[in-house]
Amino acid sequence: MGEKLDYKKLGLKVGLEIHQQLDTKHKLFCNCPADLVEAEHDSFIRRLRPTRSELGDVDIAALFEWRKGRAYEYQAPLLHSCLVEADEEPPHPLNREALLIALAFALSVEAWIPDEIHVMRKVVIDGSNTSGFQRTAVIGLGGHLWVSHDKKIPLETIVVEEDASRKMGERGKVISYRLDRLGIPLIEIATAPVISSPEEAREVAEAIGRQLRLMGRVKRGIGTIRQDLNVSIEGGAKTEIKGVQRLDLIPKVIENEVRRQLALLEVRDELARRGIDPGSLQEEPRDVTGVFRETKSKIIRKTLDRGGKVYALRLRGFKGLLGREVMPGRRFGTELADYARFWGGVGGIFHSDELPGYGISMGEVERVYELLGADKNSDAIVLVADKEENAIKALKAVRDRALEALKGVPEETRGAREDGTTFYMRPRPGSARMYPETDIPPIRVTEDMIREAEKMKPEPLPVKLEKLVETYGLARGLAEQAIRDLRFDLIERLIYRYGDKLPAKTIVSLFVVQLRGLRGEGVDVDSIPDEKLEKVISLIAEGRIAKEAFEKLVTAIAMNPQANVEDLVKDLGLGKMGVEEASSIIEKILRDNIDVLKAKGSKAFNIAMGLAMKELRGKIEGRTVARLVREKLEELLGANS
Amino acid sequence: MVAGYGAELSKLLESIGAEPGDRVRVLTIDGTTIEGVILPRYELGDSNVLVVKLRSGYNVGIHAGRIEKVEIVGRSAKRGPIGAPVSLLEKEPSPPSRVLVSILGTGGTIASRVDYETGAVKPSMSQEEVLLAVPEVLNYASIEVEEVFSVLSEEMKPWMWERIVDAVARKIESGVSGVVVAHGTDTMSYTAAALSFAFHRGLPVPVAFVGAQRSSDRPSSDAAFNLLSAVIVAAKAPFSEVVVVMHGETGDTYSLAHRGVRVRKMHTSRRDAFQSINALPLAKIYPDSGKIEILDNEYRRRKSQGLVVDNGFDDKVAYVKHYPGPIAEILETLIDKGFHGIVIEGTGFGHVSTDAIKAIRRAVEEGIPVVVASQTLFGRVNLNVYSTGRKMLEAGVIPVEDMIPETAYVKLSWVLARTRDLGEIRKLMTSNLAGEIGYRHHVRLYPRWYHGGKA
Repeated sequence: MGEKLDYKKLGLKVGLEIHQQLDTKHKLFCNCPADLVEAEHDSFIRRLRPTRSELGDVDIAALFEWRKGRAYEYQAPLLHSCLVEADEEPPHPLNREALLIALAFALSVEAWIPDEIHVMRKVVIDGSNTSGFQRTAVIGLGGHLWVSHDKKIPLETIVVEEDASRKMGERGKVISYRLDRLGIPLIEIATAPVISSPEEAREVAEAIGRQLRLMGRVKRGIGTIRQDLNVSIEGGAKTEIKGVQRLDLIPKVIENEVRRQLALLEVRDELARRGIDPGSLQEEPRDVTGVFRETKSKIIRKTLDRGGKVYALRLRGFKGLLGREVMPGRRFGTELADYARFWGGVGGIFHSDELPGYGISMGEVERVYELLGADKNSDAIVLVADKEENAIKALKAVRDRALEALKGVPEETRGAREDGTTFYMRPRPGSARMYPETDIPPIRVTEDMIREAEKMKPEPLPVKLEKLVETYGLARGLAEQAIRDLRFDLIERLIYRYGDKLPAKTIVSLFVVQLRGLRGEGVDVDSIPDEKLEKVISLIAEGRIAKEAFEKLVTAIAMNPQANVEDLVKDLGLGKMGVEEASSIIEKILRDNIDVLKAKGSKAFNIAMGLAMKELRGKIEGRTVARLVREKLEELLGANS
Repeated sequence: MVAGYGAELSKLLESIGAEPGDRVRVLTIDGTTIEGVILPRYELGDSNVLVVKLRSGYNVGIHAGRIEKVEIVGRSAKRGPIGAPVSLLEKEPSPPSRVLVSILGTGGTIASRVDYETGAVKPSMSQEEVLLAVPEVLNYASIEVEEVFSVLSEEMKPWMWERIVDAVARKIESGVSGVVVAHGTDTMSYTAAALSFAFHRGLPVPVAFVGAQRSSDRPSSDAAFNLLSAVIVAAKAPFSEVVVVMHGETGDTYSLAHRGVRVRKMHTSRRDAFQSINALPLAKIYPDSGKIEILDNEYRRRKSQGLVVDNGFDDKVAYVKHYPGPIAEILETLIDKGFHGIVIEGTGFGHVSTDAIKAIRRAVEEGIPVVVASQTLFGRVNLNVYSTGRKMLEAGVIPVEDMIPETAYVKLSWVLARTRDLGEIRKLMTSNLAGEIGYRHHVRLYPRWYHGGKA
């Protein structure tokens, strides 16, 4: 889509909020294990009531959900949730292990650490937290993070907080959540809004992730790290984009958002040119069901048969704007539809820029225009077919959104999709409702705590790099690749444990070359648990399998997640062969091909080696095969020549 | 001292004339600048740590020893007039005519509001607040709210029961359809039992006690659910009894109305902490639909009149638990101190150790009734099975069947305010006045505990 954007000129400002699960024994405020399960569970139903601030106001989106009769089903796995997650018991004291890990990070970025940590309640009423708020505490302010050896980025806050429940599904008015994830400790790192290009945002996110992993105390895998973005351009608005799961998606999401804001600004300017002001949009939704009595539109037919109605709204002067693309595959009309869906609970809208269509005829469109007294050449119309009440609410929401269009870009919270586009989630909450968690007394940060955190503090990037090069003899390039690897903490541990039997460079290569290669081929290596990879390395280090067997074995592990590694080694026949057995196989191969080999003269070795490796790869070290082939060749050819 | 801060911080804040609510810039000795609003030091925090609220809403504490300088950036903004608050309901309900429910506040979690700045919980319950927080009550009745007093329920004493009885009686005399008493949960069942006895001779309308296990500042609070249920009971339940109305299970599905003499708080924190012991609850209430489902048909029916108040409680009654220790000494002390009556939570069937029997005999001889209930809570006392029990009976104890021990205590306190005659006392204590005694337990009147496997 479109020409290249000059982000500097557009005044792009991006702030990142990175949420990373910590690898602790327990959750943040109770003694449940901090991992996810697929296990038997009880469940219970709750509702959340919008509460008032001191000024008497309520969160409008929360109020709306409540009025709709929204209820939440909580699935409570017996071994991974307790009364604390069920909001049936006050929180236990803040998990010290989690606090220390977070403090270690704060120390590593030279943030200011408070003398007293105050756990707060941040009101969140989407049901993902049984209490209706998230417990969260600032443990560091300011500081900076090295993105590369010559560039650092300022941080705003470092927070330790509880993760929310996992959404499992939605049926009618009931959303299901599972409580296993609720309470897993998270560290949240927020940068200042100083990032000025999409690519830079990705780099910073990657650097934060790397710095976190350098501690070796964070979780890995899908869903354990989540990125939120705050994106704005000059003249636009701050959009909060939630839940970008993959790093490489960040630039695309930002670019799409910038283009969306630009498109919305164009719409605004166009409306101004057409002389549309808020007064032009003071219209009420009108019942136009009569027009569709004989309709051929299946969707409308179905609604009418169920006793529904068709309502229409005129958008004066909007002709042609609803079809304008704001993001790949998403039009300005989609933005209106998002509002209609959210606030009216309807399936969607029809608008004049896509009509006739969906079985709605030109004649029907014209009659609606007529009924509304609208001008076919300049006005747009929007139709909703649904229960009367919903249809009216939906069209009022469309009108509200159209009014926003006159001003430009509304402040919104949007959700990220896998394809890099975003969708409307809700209006940006007013100043976050935050008040003290009175069940947990303030925590004094003691010198002991700082001392312990210092021990966990990740080494600065250059120091770590130097150590890999100096101590383990890695080439600089390889060392850099190792540090960038998602499993760097595992790699480091393996070097420490098996370095005496297996050269560090072999271990690193297996990860950054072989494993990465397999990922490129589509093998799901990322879901293999550390323990299994460690097992593979230990088998190689103990000489029980050849390192050439690595790829074959890892592929098998990825494809058989239930199987244990030893069994796979047996099944695949990867167990190392004795020298004698290998020797007799080689002898047989050479005898079978003796004529060819004789004819090849000096190239005989290469050919013999190729034949032998075909049979023996992964079963015995290549070096050993070479020695045996050389010996046997000499024996056979020597004897016969 | 400024807002709970220690000497050093107070001096510092006074020197620049800063007060809670003022926006300040704090420069630390390590060169960091922190900007935020000064908060008062609440509760038990370290008074040498300055607490500021950052713009993000987070609070952080800065120790006096690390502060280089504080300067005021802005004065506490006086709040402008508060506009009309948004209503929770789309349409304001219009209450059915001539149904008026009186809500009486006595304190506790349900009648508290959190100070969003400090997190401190302040008791407060006004008509306006109740209607703003739970406007659905108007679907069932017009509401009037009055605060009798405001105490945490652990502070409750028998003389306060008397005040509550008076307040409830006044409301009933004024012709309300029912009364709701908002109460702290810790001792709610004692007060409910007290009112059950005070009104046992004549109660025309229901009196529903209600509380909250989760404070009302949280979206997950059970306060609204429980209060709505209680108002439904007060407005339209067919029974006129003193009940406790609280969550029936952990989810927000139904609440239960328990007889005030049968109910007990059985959990420190769960929503469904209140359960009937040795009896079925009176009714289930579905606050979403307003439906009441009667579980026990043996109840006193709602009437248009017939209030009989029998107020008055003795405040010198002892309530002790037998335990493997110097129980005899404790009983002797109580007698020496001139207590008017003693309730013993005996072990099992109601036993005390034989060395305590001498003390019991002395009490009875001195005209002090000794009432026996069981610390097992479930089941009936029976002092005929073992010889210790028979010796206790011989010494003159009054066993009270399956009455829960807290109810036995409240009842003895009420009885002692009417008579000190041991024979009369025994007669009253062993008669079923308000449903406190049951003579038949079927097998399901005992909770089934979880023993592993499929729940």
